[in-house]
Amino acid sequence: MISRVVAMVLRYMFIYKRSTIRIAELIFFPLMDLLVWGFVTLYLQQVTQSNAVLFMLGGIVLWDIFFRAQQAVGMSVLQEMWVGNTLNLFVSPIRPRELILSTAIVGFIRATITATGLGICAYVLYAFNMMDLGIALVPLFGLLLFFGWAVGLFTSALILRYGEAAESLAWIVPFLIQPFVAVFYPVSALPPALQAFAQIFPCTHIFEGMRSVLHSGGVPWREMGISFLLTLVWLCFTGTFFARTLTYVRSKGYLTTASRG
Amino acid sequence: MQSVVVTNLWKKFGKTPAVKGISFAAERGEILGLLGPNGAGKTTTIHMLLGLTSHDEGSISILGLDMPKNRYEVLQRVNFASAYVSLPGNLTIDESLYVYAKLYNVENPKHRAREVLAELEVDLPGRSLIGTLSAGQKTRLNICKALLNRPEVLFLDEPTASLDPDIAMKVREILKKLRKNYGTTIIYTSHYMQEVEELCDRAIFLARGSIVATGTPTEIRERSKLKSLDEVFVTIARDGELRDSNDKEER
Ligand SMILES: Nc1ncnc2c1ncn2[C@@H]1O[C@H](COP(=O)(O)OP(=O)(O)O)[C@@H](O)[C@H]1O
Ligand SMILES: [Mg+2]
Repeated sequence: MISRVVAMVLRYMFIYKRSTIRIAELIFFPLMDLLVWGFVTLYLQQVTQSNAVLFMLGGIVLWDIFFRAQQAVGMSVLQEMWVGNTLNLFVSPIRPRELILSTAIVGFIRATITATGLGICAYVLYAFNMMDLGIALVPLFGLLLFFGWAVGLFTSALILRYGEAAESLAWIVPFLIQPFVAVFYPVSALPPALQAFAQIFPCTHIFEGMRSVLHSGGVPWREMGISFLLTLVWLCFTGTFFARTLTYVRSKGYLTTASRG
Repeated sequence: MQSVVVTNLWKKFGKTPAVKGISFAAERGEILGLLGPNGAGKTTTIHMLLGLTSHDEGSISILGLDMPKNRYEVLQRVNFASAYVSLPGNLTIDESLYVYAKLYNVENPKHRAREVLAELEVDLPGRSLIGTLSAGQKTRLNICKALLNRPEVLFLDEPTASLDPDIAMKVREILKKLRKNYGTTIIYTSHYMQEVEELCDRAIFLARGSIVATGTPTEIRERSKLKSLDEVFVTIARDGELRDSNDKEER
C-alpha cells in the first residue's frame, strides 16, 4: 500500500521537477489574485477608514488552500486521460482509496507551497501577517484541506463520468460555492435565506472562524468543531458518490473510451 | 492447470450486445489468440477480463480467483499492454517505469526497469519524455511496463500493431521466451495471421460477439478447407461465420 501511494505521489511530483509553467501556476497565478484584491483592499481601506477590509487578504490566502487541495484531487483523473495513461493505471493493483490518498498528499504539498508563498507576499506587500492567526492556522488549514479533498472527489467523479468534456468542471466547481461560503464577507452580509444555506458548507465556518480570530484573538473551537463534523459528512457523501460513479463507469465501459455518452 | 476460465460471458452496451455468451479457457503457459474483424468484441473481452469493464452475465476466473471479486489480487499477478494505450506522456522513460515498478511493488524497481528495457532492446536515453516518442516506441515501452511484475497472465491488445517488422519479430521472440522460461499465459489479439500461426497454440475467432471457430491455427485452417488463415479471416469477416467443411460437403 505504501509503495503504491509513494509511486503515485512521485508520479505527480516528477512533473513539477521539469515544468516551470506548473511551478508558476502554484505561485504566480495566486500572486496575481492577491495583487488585485490587495489593491482593492488598500483602496477600500482609504475610503472607509476601516481595518475590517484587511480580512479579505486572509480570505484570499485561505481560499487558495482550499482551491489547491481541490484541484490536486479533482484533476488527477483528468491528467491521466490527457496523457493516455488511464487504462494502465486502472489495470494496476492500486486501490481507488490509495489513488485518492496520493492525490490528497499532492494537494497538501501544493497548498502548503501556495499558502507559504502568498503568506509571505501578503506580509511584504500589505503588512498583513497570517501569523496573527496563531495556533488557529492549524485547524483552519487542516479543515480547508479536508474540504478541498471532499469537493475534489466530487469533481473527479464527474470527470470519470463525463470524460474530458467535463474538464472545465475542475475549475468551476469551487467557484460554484464561493459566493455562499463567506470568503470575503461575513455570513451576515448574505440575505437571510442564503445565510441558512451557507451553514451547510464547512468552509463557511472556517472563514467566519478566521475573521473571529483576527478580531478577538481567541480560537472559535465550536465553529471549528461544526466545520469538522460537516467536512466528515461531505467526505462520506462525495466518497460514496465517487465509488458509485466508478461502478457505473465500469458498467458502461467508459474507463476505456475517451468520449462519453 | 487452467489460468483463465471464462464462462458464458455477456456484455451489452445499452441495447447492443458486444459479447454474447462466450466461454473459453487458457492453460498455463498457453498463447491464446483472440481473432476476428473490427468490432467483434475482442477488446471488450480483454477489458472484462481485466475488470476495466464489468460483465453483465457469466463468470471470469483468473489464476483460480474470481474477477472482479478478487480484483486486486488478480491485477497484482497479471499485466496488460496495448498499442492504443501509452505510459504518461509527461514523464520520462525512467520515471514512468520506476513509478509502475513501485505500483506493482516490484523489488529493486530501478534495477527491474533496466532489465525490461534491456529485454526489449530499448536503447533510448532514459531521460526521453514519453510524449516525444514515436507510436512504435511507445508501444514497446508499454510492453516493458507489462513485464515489470513478471505477470503470470499477460493480456495484449494488438501489441504489434504499430511496430516495424524487426521489432514485431523481437516482441514475438520475447513472448515465446516468457512462455518457455516462466510459463506465462498470454492472451492476445492481432490482425496479422502469419504472426498468429507462428505464435499461437490456439486461436479463437470471434464475430459479432460470438465464438465462430476455435482450435490450433492449423486445425482451423484445415477444417475450413481454405488455403490460409488470412482466407479464414476474410470469410469470417464477410459472412460472420465459418461453416465447417463437413457442413459444406453435406449440402
Ligand atoms: N464503451 C462502449 N460503449 C458502447 N459501445 C462500445 C463500447 N466499447 C465497445 N463498444 C462496441 O462494442 C463492439 C465491440 O467492440 P470491441 O470489443 O472494441 O471490438 P474489437 O476489439 O474486436 O475490434 C463494437 O461494436 C463497439 O462499438
Ligand atoms: Mg480492439
